[in-house]
Amino acid sequence: MEAIILQILNGLDKGSAYALIALGLTLIFGTLGVVNFAHGALFMLGAFVAVTVNRVLNFSFPTIDETRTDFLGNPLSVDTPYVVGWFGPEWGNFIIDWAVPLSVLIAIPIMGLIGVAIERGLIKHFYKRPHADQILVTFGLAIVLQEIIKAFYGANPIPTPAPDAFQGSFDVGAVLGFDPFAIMYPYWRLIYFAFSAVIIGGVFAFLQFTTFGMVVRAGMADRETVGLLGIDIDRRFVIMFAIAAIVAGMAGVMYTPILSPNYHMGMDFLVLSFVVVVVGGMGSLGGAVAAGFLLGVLQSFASMSAIIELIPGINQVVIYLVAIIVLLTRPRGLLGRKGVMED
Amino acid sequence: MLGLNKSDRKLFLIVVGLVVLAPFLLNPFPDNIGLAQFNAGYPDLMQKLVIFGLFAVGFNILFGLTGYLSFGHAAFLGVGSYAGVWMMKLLTMNVVPALIVSVLVAGLFSLLIGYISLRRTGIYFSILTLAFAQMMYSLAYSVLTPLTGGETGLTLSLNDPRVLSGPAIDGNIPVPHFFGLDMQSSVDLNLGSWSFTFSAGYYFCAAIMIVAFFLAIRLFRSPFGLMLRAIKSNQTRMSYTGLNPRPYALAAFVISGMYAGLAGGLMVAMDPLAGSERMLWTASGEVVLMTILGGAGTLIGPILGAGVIAYLESIISTINDNILHTWFSALPHWLDSTLVTILHPFIGKGWHLTLGLVFMAVVIFLPGGIVEGGKRLGNLFRRGKNNDAASGGQPTVEPGE
Repeated sequence: MEAIILQILNGLDKGSAYALIALGLTLIFGTLGVVNFAHGALFMLGAFVAVTVNRVLNFSFPTIDETRTDFLGNPLSVDTPYVVGWFGPEWGNFIIDWAVPLSVLIAIPIMGLIGVAIERGLIKHFYKRPHADQILVTFGLAIVLQEIIKAFYGANPIPTPAPDAFQGSFDVGAVLGFDPFAIMYPYWRLIYFAFSAVIIGGVFAFLQFTTFGMVVRAGMADRETVGLLGIDIDRRFVIMFAIAAIVAGMAGVMYTPILSPNYHMGMDFLVLSFVVVVVGGMGSLGGAVAAGFLLGVLQSFASMSAIIELIPGINQVVIYLVAIIVLLTRPRGLLGRKGVMED
Repeated sequence: MLGLNKSDRKLFLIVVGLVVLAPFLLNPFPDNIGLAQFNAGYPDLMQKLVIFGLFAVGFNILFGLTGYLSFGHAAFLGVGSYAGVWMMKLLTMNVVPALIVSVLVAGLFSLLIGYISLRRTGIYFSILTLAFAQMMYSLAYSVLTPLTGGETGLTLSLNDPRVLSGPAIDGNIPVPHFFGLDMQSSVDLNLGSWSFTFSAGYYFCAAIMIVAFFLAIRLFRSPFGLMLRAIKSNQTRMSYTGLNPRPYALAAFVISGMYAGLAGGLMVAMDPLAGSERMLWTASGEVVLMTILGGAGTLIGPILGAGVIAYLESIISTINDNILHTWFSALPHWLDSTLVTILHPFIGKGWHLTLGLVFMAVVIFLPGGIVEGGKRLGNLFRRGKNNDAASGGQPTVEPGE
């Protein structure tokens, strides 16, 4: 029992990331009708916003620390971050420690701008082109974005720590009434799960309870009719693209303490997220989220050593295997709507 | 001749001419001047050019004719490579059994994967092929290590049985050969300060590529090719006329998988080493890029695309800042350093950035690839000569529509 709960928990953080990326992909696909292969790159850009914020906060100036000496006996020169200089040691170090949560706030406008720029500058011209062209141009864009990041930050993963308050693990087992220390789960992963639940809930609430969301949902169902009713649907779709970019970016920012970001992390997640979208059903938001968590948890179960002994290599392929089975038995995915991408 | 019509024959002869004379054409600059940087007439690169050309020609049979965008084609190339190396380990270093078995094994895999994937169309098909390819990559990388060499890749070793040719005698791992013709042997020809290399391996690949290209032309012009085009233009209408598109699409998928397997087999015939990274989905993306860049659905396009990408890759990735400085040495110093700073991200290791930008530009402005660009240029010149002829010009796709 403990092992099962632990595996479910382990699957949740990866599942959250899949769900967030797949949610954005589905938003873009459902509203704009564009298959966005650059969405993984947006996730990666978000992660690098966190890296950049971390670096900026750590810009330092040298000061002489009179109380310490180096091995020659001279006063030791230490680097003090500017932030510490400005806000004093207590607040300055607090800000640096909380760089990742802070980056989420900074990522919102940045990712929004990037999203608008991509939509206006590129995607807009591809609405009426075949899906193959959309896939290809966004694939090219993904290559360009990740190569730019590689040129600036190099090819190695850059560790970005979570705040000290969230280091260590939480004893989930004790809360649920099991033996203490039976189910330990890192704090940050719990935070990530809660964060993604909030974001997913927020996006759904936005679509369900606002007029704007209503128009967008109507546009997803029948774009032409909404246009005929005199609503400028294109303008709303720009905003939807920006929202999808922000969701992907925030998912990336918060993921940095779990996985040190490197320039190709976006591509790694993109392939899986596409599988998630297809399993959930193209154009179905609920399906994308459900499939994201489902596949994340399945992957974590498949990584259990007992199962690997039974079927070697299953942890590597379980997601693809599920995708193949789902696509062959339920062509529209788990919750897919009729008439979406069936031409 | 050979059952080709006039324009196809011309095209075929041009390709044969280019391929045969490649050692000269790709080495236009003498060795002792700076422009020798742009020479590409060395065997490794020329082999790569024709092998990727072959791969792209095969991919084009599927994508260009039927419109099915496979994102997992590199898997068949990888399977072909593994099969080829195993034949060299088990049977003989002669490349013929290796090539035959790579084609057959790749064909078998593509039959299986195609049969399942072709139940779906559009983006679902792309995702299914991607899923299969990633699955094969992951398995080859991890669990199947005894069969594939895993991380290090599959290599030849001294104690391979080689039942047909006997184990290595002199303590060296034997090299691949074609009935005694060593694949790595080459002849140098020096004319003044030019030097040209004629490699046995290159001409072997070139001969196979030309045969494969000829088959592709025949396939394009055959009734079967017409059926494949019908799948691309309107599958529903095709089934309403009483034709089942599935067997045709599957045949195209298997044929193009076999081309990929042949390309993989040739890769190991030139360099007997197979690694799982050949199956990665970025490798599949690369062949898509080549086909699109040249012009999908055209005969010559994939070869051009493969040639351009393989050439640019090897040239651009060897340029560094010092070489740029020597080029711009005639310019004022400030201009020189500005230009080098601007160009720095695009050269050397930044080659993928250039590739991505070029690729985006092609998809945005020139969806028909190099071939369409050539046609447009041709029209432009013809229009300049004779304004009346322009009225019947090619309909072109406007960017941004």
